[in-house]
Amino acid sequence: MSIEEAVDEDSKQNHNSRLTYEGCNVLLDINDGDRLVFSRLTAASTLKIGNKKCSLQPLIGCPFGSLFQVEPGKEGTFLTRFVENAEGNGLEEKDVDGSKDNRALVDNNTAQSLTSEDIDEMRKQGAKGDEIVEALIANSATFEKKTLFSQDKYRVKKQKKYAPRVLLRRPFARSICEAYFKKHPEKIGFMRVDALSLLLSLGNVTANADVLVVDMLSGILTGAIAERLGGTGYVCNTYRGSSPYPVDITRMFNLSDEICKRIVHASLTDLNSFQTGASVSEGQEETLPVTHSGGLDEVSVPAEDGGMDVTPERVSSPIIKPVKSIKAGQKATLEAIKSWKENGFSSLIIAAPELDPWGIIKEVLPLLSFSAPFAVYHQYAQPLATCMHNLQIEKMAIGLQISEPWLREYQVLPSRTHPHMQMSAFGGYILSGTKISSSDSLTSSN
Amino acid sequence: MILPIDPANKLSFKRFIKDGDLVIVYERHDTMKAVKVSEDGVLQNRFGAFKHSEWIGKPFGSKVLSNKGAFVYLLAPTPELWTLVLSHRTQILYIADISFVVMYLEIVPGCVVLESGTGSGSLTTSLARAVAPTGHVYTFDFHEQRAASAREDFEKTGLSSLVTVGVRDIQGEGFPDEFCGRADSVFLDLPQPWLVIPSAGKMLKPDGVLCSFSPCIEQVQRSCEALKSQFTDIRTFEVLLRTYEVRQKILESCPVNEGDSIERPPRKRRQGSAEGSNGTECSSSPAVVIRPSGEARGHTGYLTFARLKCFV
Ligand SMILES: C[S@@+](CC[C@H](N)C(=O)[O-])C[C@H]1O[C@@H](n2cnc3c(N)ncnc32)[C@H](O)[C@@H]1O
Repeated sequence: MSIEEAVDEDSKQNHNSRLTYEGCNVLLDINDGDRLVFSRLTAASTLKIGNKKCSLQPLIGCPFGSLFQVEPGKEGTFLTRFVENAEGNGLEEKDVDGSKDNRALVDNNTAQSLTSEDIDEMRKQGAKGDEIVEALIANSATFEKKTLFSQDKYRVKKQKKYAPRVLLRRPFARSICEAYFKKHPEKIGFMRVDALSLLLSLGNVTANADVLVVDMLSGILTGAIAERLGGTGYVCNTYRGSSPYPVDITRMFNLSDEICKRIVHASLTDLNSFQTGASVSEGQEETLPVTHSGGLDEVSVPAEDGGMDVTPERVSSPIIKPVKSIKAGQKATLEAIKSWKENGFSSLIIAAPELDPWGIIKEVLPLLSFSAPFAVYHQYAQPLATCMHNLQIEKMAIGLQISEPWLREYQVLPSRTHPHMQMSAFGGYILSGTKISSSDSLTSSN
Repeated sequence: MILPIDPANKLSFKRFIKDGDLVIVYERHDTMKAVKVSEDGVLQNRFGAFKHSEWIGKPFGSKVLSNKGAFVYLLAPTPELWTLVLSHRTQILYIADISFVVMYLEIVPGCVVLESGTGSGSLTTSLARAVAPTGHVYTFDFHEQRAASAREDFEKTGLSSLVTVGVRDIQGEGFPDEFCGRADSVFLDLPQPWLVIPSAGKMLKPDGVLCSFSPCIEQVQRSCEALKSQFTDIRTFEVLLRTYEVRQKILESCPVNEGDSIERPPRKRRQGSAEGSNGTECSSSPAVVIRPSGEARGHTGYLTFARLKCFV
């Protein structure tokens, strides 16, 4: 296909919305990543910044990626669109060799002549956040003596405090995983975003795939897979016992109805017993359990320097209308189960910190089609090693490998580039491989 | 084919090998090869000759024999396997970087992705998997022959409907104007990526994500400076994989008796099983042990991500 034809074709089908709408899930990035808050945009939803509540109404209908600043107003603080100038701050041109240093800086509390009473007074008179920041700089005895880098740092610090900014983001597997890893790693089995990304590759997740999962990580895996399926194929969550594992986190994603329909569950008993003609328990309405807290589970990531006091606010309107008509996690239909029974799942991903990997994989591997790739996540290496050894001995799979991703972030600045001082030292282990056909009666000869 | 692009075919999972299929011939985890199956084809390797005609009709994942009775496995291709078997016309990206890039670029079905250079198409294959079935990858390389070989490869792997390869000097001319404001993500693996950043900014939708892969920190430095004016959320990462070895070992659990030779291998001692002349039971049962592999890829490149600011 020529480039022109192809361009025509894909401009017709842009269902990848880049504007917010009432009821959509958003990720609010407050002060450049200091705090992340997941929220659902409704006329009634609010965000608490400092001790002030701001309505999220102004965010509805805006492009993702837009920036808002908190401003004082007659009826309390509100969020307004903030457009940075396209020039940048020009910092990179000056002082890259660090000609100034801080030998003359004396650290005492007299450097700032503006008192907190002065600031309160300015606020009362309706001063904008930016004006307060400028006033603080003008009244700082040491500002001029600082290096340009320190000046910039000072400005940013004051801006964060007196004129906080909120960046409107689309919640994706990436940001959801990162936010949980920072704040509630135990909820997602200490799985770092690079480990999640590997699972999706090794599990060959793509449109039209039928992925079998054992997700005991609150749904982060299920949601990430559904996002990649884009409303095709299936992600089928299987479980031991009588009730499916909870998938609360899928609700943080912005999954359309079409995508949610592709998230289903089926018990191991149902998947295994079908062949023998045993009855599969009926009940199409059953959905995966989610906690009934009304609004979204909000995750807030605390400021690293503890500077800002931003508390996420739950949606407090008394009537919470169901935003999605279709909930993620319907019971798989008999028809679907039958077809998987006949054809096998196209791949398997397991993330079940509470289960022995070998115990579960020997039960679910037969449900896969031949040559299907699989990946098993675990926070401990030993159970995976045993699992790998057994798969080898039983000749159930080849290409077996245990790997552990390693991720390091860098600070990149003119003449000041180095790895971050703090890093996550562990993001989980992954066992991967490919199922082989066991139907052949060949005797091994080499 | 490498992806189940056609939903009509998707339920034929228990795929059987047919004439014209691409299979991955697996000898060992580090010895694999892509082969196009043909009725009268023969695969020759150190194990002997394998007739394709004997493969046809078998399910993928089957073990097949050579004339000398040795065996290999025939696997269905995936982007991961393809990366391990493709012909290296350039340096390529591997699974750790590839997975991280796809995740961080927030690529989902339906996305439009721009890439340069195409190189050997290792990353492109995974980009195609992520945008399928309705999105598209436009990939550019200024090296005519490489572009042609990449095109042939995408034909072979069945990705032609998802990938378009263009020949163009992206550092000199930028991406073609027809993509202005239409790209969800842009990926650069070029020697001087900073030259392309203004063009990438024009191509991206507001809030779209860019990634640049560079082996050297000096390249990263310059790219980050070029990104500052139009991009936000600029972050640089290094991602690596540590692989592990698993084996079964017998570890002795009781003290060595006096008079025992230290050199005596523990296995012998156990097999002798007349041990414990003093009556102590030695329970030296085999244990599965795990440790990191001794050697690993220590560096591939730095990944710099940035998000286009929203100026409207
Ligand atoms: C390292 S390779 C890319 C490998 C690729 N990421 C993969 O995974 O297979 C870099 C490619 O960039 C191409 N290249 C270099 N300069 C270029 C330019 N100015 N315009 C377009 N392509 C260029 C080279 O021909 C080469 O094929």
